[in-house]
Amino acid sequence: MSSKLYFRTIADLAAALDAKQLSSVELTQAVIARTHAVEPCIHAFNSFDEADALAQAAASDARRAAGQSCGPLDGIPIGLKDVIAVTGQPLTASSKMLKDFVSPYDATVTTKLKKAGAVLWGRLNCDEFAMGSSTENSAFGPTGNPWDPTRVPGGSSGGSSAALAAGEAIATLGSDTGGSIRQPAALCGVVGLKPTYGLVSRFGLIAFASSLDQIGPFTRTVEDAAIVLGAIAGHDERDSTSFQAEIPDYRAALTSQRGPWKLGIPKEYFATGLDPEIAASVEKAIAFYQSQGCEIREVSLPHTQYCLDTYYVIATAEASSNLGRYDGIRYGHRSTAAKDAVDIYAHSRAEGFGPEVKRRIILGTYVLSSGYYDAYYLRAQKVRTLIRQDFLHAFRDVDALLTPTSPMPAFKIGEKADPLALYLCDIYTIGVNLAGLPAISVPCGFTKSGLPIGAQLIGQPWKESNLLAIAHAYERAHDWSAQFPIF
Amino acid sequence: MSSAPALDIDHIAKLARLALTAEEKARFAQQLGDVLHHIEQLAKVDVTGVEPTAHASPIFNVWQADVAQPGLTVADALRNAPAQRDNMILVPKVVE
Repeated sequence: MSSKLYFRTIADLAAALDAKQLSSVELTQAVIARTHAVEPCIHAFNSFDEADALAQAAASDARRAAGQSCGPLDGIPIGLKDVIAVTGQPLTASSKMLKDFVSPYDATVTTKLKKAGAVLWGRLNCDEFAMGSSTENSAFGPTGNPWDPTRVPGGSSGGSSAALAAGEAIATLGSDTGGSIRQPAALCGVVGLKPTYGLVSRFGLIAFASSLDQIGPFTRTVEDAAIVLGAIAGHDERDSTSFQAEIPDYRAALTSQRGPWKLGIPKEYFATGLDPEIAASVEKAIAFYQSQGCEIREVSLPHTQYCLDTYYVIATAEASSNLGRYDGIRYGHRSTAAKDAVDIYAHSRAEGFGPEVKRRIILGTYVLSSGYYDAYYLRAQKVRTLIRQDFLHAFRDVDALLTPTSPMPAFKIGEKADPLALYLCDIYTIGVNLAGLPAISVPCGFTKSGLPIGAQLIGQPWKESNLLAIAHAYERAHDWSAQFPIF
Repeated sequence: MSSAPALDIDHIAKLARLALTAEEKARFAQQLGDVLHHIEQLAKVDVTGVEPTAHASPIFNVWQADVAQPGLTVADALRNAPAQRDNMILVPKVVE
């Protein structure tokens, strides 16, 4: 455990708050001070509101003093990716298009966190409209990786992973469409969980690719992930893909669900292109589970090579449709160069969107356009069925799959200029979104140059309890989460 | 889908309502040509008799009771409008 408040876990801080050894105002002040100290170097936040956070903290302290604590998140500062709506606060998606937008309502996850007593702390940088794998696509500038600020924190939820790793929040939320929680978690040495599609409401999340998007937590430990997931999961009638599943006690499941488990190792995830140091660290994690009596089986996901292409057809098609709403009429940037009403659309969009967003809108419009729909979009949806069947077939024999999260550690800001090279960052995470599965990235070591490495565990649909317990068993026997960046 | 088709960037930009510069058009056409070339390998997959998956959630239709719920106030709904007057959003004249 760190002696520094801002590096401690939710579980540990909740105990200290309950024991009156600490107040939420003190904790929030420590996080605010830390944020001021490191932001010039990290730039994880697009905006924050200190007075608002301290007022929430004071209200939390009053609840605890009156014996009315809402639970372990009461008084804990949690940062939100700047694609999740909080009433009265800016919501930009890191885009010039929404530079001045203020949320008129709360996302469902925001409502749930407020109900749990969390101190909502700031809006975190990301790739514009969550499109990217490095947070370099933000209209407000890149975020630095706390382990080496000249490197990227991953993306698209790079502000969420960097803020947590740097001690600027105790937990954060991100969104994951193709790996946007797990990959930045791996690159910043924290835990990142992408829940089963439909477990967490998307109401109030700025839509990128609606059939793939899912909100999830970044935390220091698997136990903290279980705590946050328990607070944000659950059916919501305002999201028609939200599932009526019973929400178990994820935290209790960490110890009640015991192995040994059967773990599958998909051979396609250890092929060429994987950094040898990452391969070695993940092999050690496999050896750990084996030493605990788990059965390790090689499995095959034969359509893995088609995941990236399937994803870029489906995600861009959905994005081109979702982003049609940014037309400069009702909200968002409106061009003053336009001559007539129709001209407003094209110029507002040209001025408001950055290059990666434009590229994806163009690609998505193309694959949906007359004459190409069957060849691209419909075909990709069929291949998606095969990709999902691969996973479900593998799960007949194993409880979870163990893979690397990212083929490479954090790379230098500006290093990957070619869009296609950047798209390859997501090769191990994309299949999970296409199949709608839950997956978690947990820290599993460091490269020789001191950069964090993450291992990904992929679970069966709706079996987050099992997935978290498997991850917890590994984490408990290792001390990766007790290491912090020094800067 | 036997070979990468040419992407008519002017046509697609018009459909997408994006006023691209000449430089953007040239750059995107080249970059997206590379991406499309990559995507061509989807043509190799045998999808005979395979049903498409729209999303992975086991939900296919959702009905809700038609009951009025509290919504945004006019002020909240107009808060982010680029131009407004008399509780309405202002736009340039559409018809002469």
